Amino acid sequence: MLLKRSLGLAALFTLAVGGAHAQISDGVIKIGVMNDQSGTYADLAGPGSVVAARMAVADFGAAKKGMKVEIVVADHQNKPEVGSSIARQWFDVDKVDLIVDVPTSSVVLAVNQIAREKNKVLIVSTGATSDLYGKACTPNSIHWTYDTWSLANGTGTAVVKTGGNTWFFLTADYAFGHALERDTEAVVLKSGGKVLGKVRHPFPSADMSSFLLQAQASKAKIIGLANAGADTINALKQGAEFGIVKGGQQFAGLLVFLTDVHSLGLNIAQGLFLTESFYWDLNDQTRGFSMRFAKLHKGAMPTMGQAGVYSAVLHYLKAVESLKSDAPGDKVVAKMKELPTDDPVFGKGRVRIDGRKIHDMYLFEVKKPAESKGAWDYYKLRGTIPAEQAFRPEKDGGCPLVK
Amino acid sequence: MTEIFGIPTQALFGQLLIGLINGSFYALLSLGLAIIFGLLNIINFAHGAQYMMGAFCAWFLLNKLGVSYWWALALAPIVVGATGMVIERLMLARLYKLDHLYGLLLTFGLALIIQGLFRHEFGSTGLPYPMPKLLEGGQNLGFMFLPNYRAWVVAFSVAVCIVTWFTIEKTKLGSYLRAATENPQLVQAFGINVPRMVTLTYGFGVGLAALAGVMAAPIYSVNPLMGEHLIIVVFAVVVIGGMGSIMGSIVTGFVLGLVEGLTKVFYPEASNTVIFIIMAIVLMIRPAGLFGTQK
Repeated sequence: MLLKRSLGLAALFTLAVGGAHAQISDGVIKIGVMNDQSGTYADLAGPGSVVAARMAVADFGAAKKGMKVEIVVADHQNKPEVGSSIARQWFDVDKVDLIVDVPTSSVVLAVNQIAREKNKVLIVSTGATSDLYGKACTPNSIHWTYDTWSLANGTGTAVVKTGGNTWFFLTADYAFGHALERDTEAVVLKSGGKVLGKVRHPFPSADMSSFLLQAQASKAKIIGLANAGADTINALKQGAEFGIVKGGQQFAGLLVFLTDVHSLGLNIAQGLFLTESFYWDLNDQTRGFSMRFAKLHKGAMPTMGQAGVYSAVLHYLKAVESLKSDAPGDKVVAKMKELPTDDPVFGKGRVRIDGRKIHDMYLFEVKKPAESKGAWDYYKLRGTIPAEQAFRPEKDGGCPLVK
Repeated sequence: MTEIFGIPTQALFGQLLIGLINGSFYALLSLGLAIIFGLLNIINFAHGAQYMMGAFCAWFLLNKLGVSYWWALALAPIVVGATGMVIERLMLARLYKLDHLYGLLLTFGLALIIQGLFRHEFGSTGLPYPMPKLLEGGQNLGFMFLPNYRAWVVAFSVAVCIVTWFTIEKTKLGSYLRAATENPQLVQAFGINVPRMVTLTYGFGVGLAALAGVMAAPIYSVNPLMGEHLIIVVFAVVVIGGMGSIMGSIVTGFVLGLVEGLTKVFYPEASNTVIFIIMAIVLMIRPAGLFGTQK
């Protein structure tokens, strides 16, 4: 019954679109935005990523070019089993061609397998694990916005350089936290620092006080937060309460999003070093994009994850246009690697063989309350890491696609 | 430095104290649940959402009306308690004759709706709520740095728990309440307005949740989901203590806070599950809970 209906629909769409794009599967390019719509990561990805994807489709001018693009949305609740079953349903039944965004590394790794198996496309923007372009890389996936290695490289190197040479890790106990901790530890050791200890907290955790106390007892100069979203917010907030910074220790937020700083307030977040690939107030192009985004998203500026979804969908559509086809997935991804990227979010860049999209990364410091002109004016640029150095070198990742 | 199981005693004391602080939240919340269950026979699944509403109420009072934390401590429980009383009158009152399950389903549905509405309006990252000026800073106890605010949380919740317990178990008002749960018709026959008393009791239980919410606001971010994770733990606390047992819920709340604190030192990965393991064991050995009596 279902098959019959989709076949019927497919026939209809083919008729409607006509001969020029006969090779678009089912006559419609279907993009699935999969992320956390309601939980810990909903503000940094969530509905904002859907807004970004819609903007990309509009800016690409799909309608004018006669391409029919449809966007569907699902909430994976940060659970790999939920994410997997959505991915299967999308690929098998709903004929989704591309899954995009996907925060929560454990879900990323699960969906990555399925996209490969079904030969579709997965572009990860908010998910962080650097394994996606390392040992878990496939010809069907691209890692778009940032990853644990580039965060560790940006923040870790900068912090050790300024004298923070002893570390204690507060790590979210799942794939993402482990990857971020591992990548940062490597950077710290390489720069001549030492790791004095680590504690793994359940994900998510509202109460960090016990773990903070262990960090305090370690006497490490730097407490590295290998977690994200509400976990990071709670750790920083409660750290202030327990006098961590007053006691001479410093926090290094290894993955902090603009929305986290917004929620923390500058009083607590000030002075924090963080690495991002995007900030709304970088240049005229990012400002232009962000102002348009904010109008569509309750006045909130985009996070790098959301901006990445925009950039990724735009480039995906360019590849499909150039191929005149949205299937099979590995062909589309190969085309995306062939074409250079260019968009208002990240400027010019490219996608490497191992599926890593590269662009500059930026080291920011959170402003003091007095320096900020108001809501969303939060970051000072402290350094730019050029695209070619910002990500793990191709040869070091262990990706089988790199010969 | 002396050590116990490889952990320095100083660190251990610190962790125990933290456990006690978390325990005070468990105690306050499970107390409200126990009162509502004991007197209304309603399993109030909206308790977590009402705790969250308390925190939001405090945030709203401070940011929109400039009302300080101290006033919020009194006002938020009244406001949220009043919404609770409306819910009791309009909806719960119709369910008393039915099975527990109906009350559970209704309050669970309400919790989802309330959380959804707040999430829609405020997002899920949470809103900042500053520490009250008077309680900023902390004391160095030698073995740990104790923030003044946390000390206040423990002291205040112990006081609230004791006063509540005393009121219900030792005063005339409390005896009316207890009598009304045993035999409402008889108590009504003595000229006491039982439905009104039940409404006020529900309002009081909800008010306790809101009070805990106000106290939590400066520590955690004020977040639409803040009650969702907590409520399951608190239910486990109530089950372990014995459904409806006032003293049981208070003592179990504090003790489980301590147990959880210790788990965070010895095996942090298990700290989310340890309470449920204890619950399973208690249910096997004493199905009515540690302080409960079989009905």
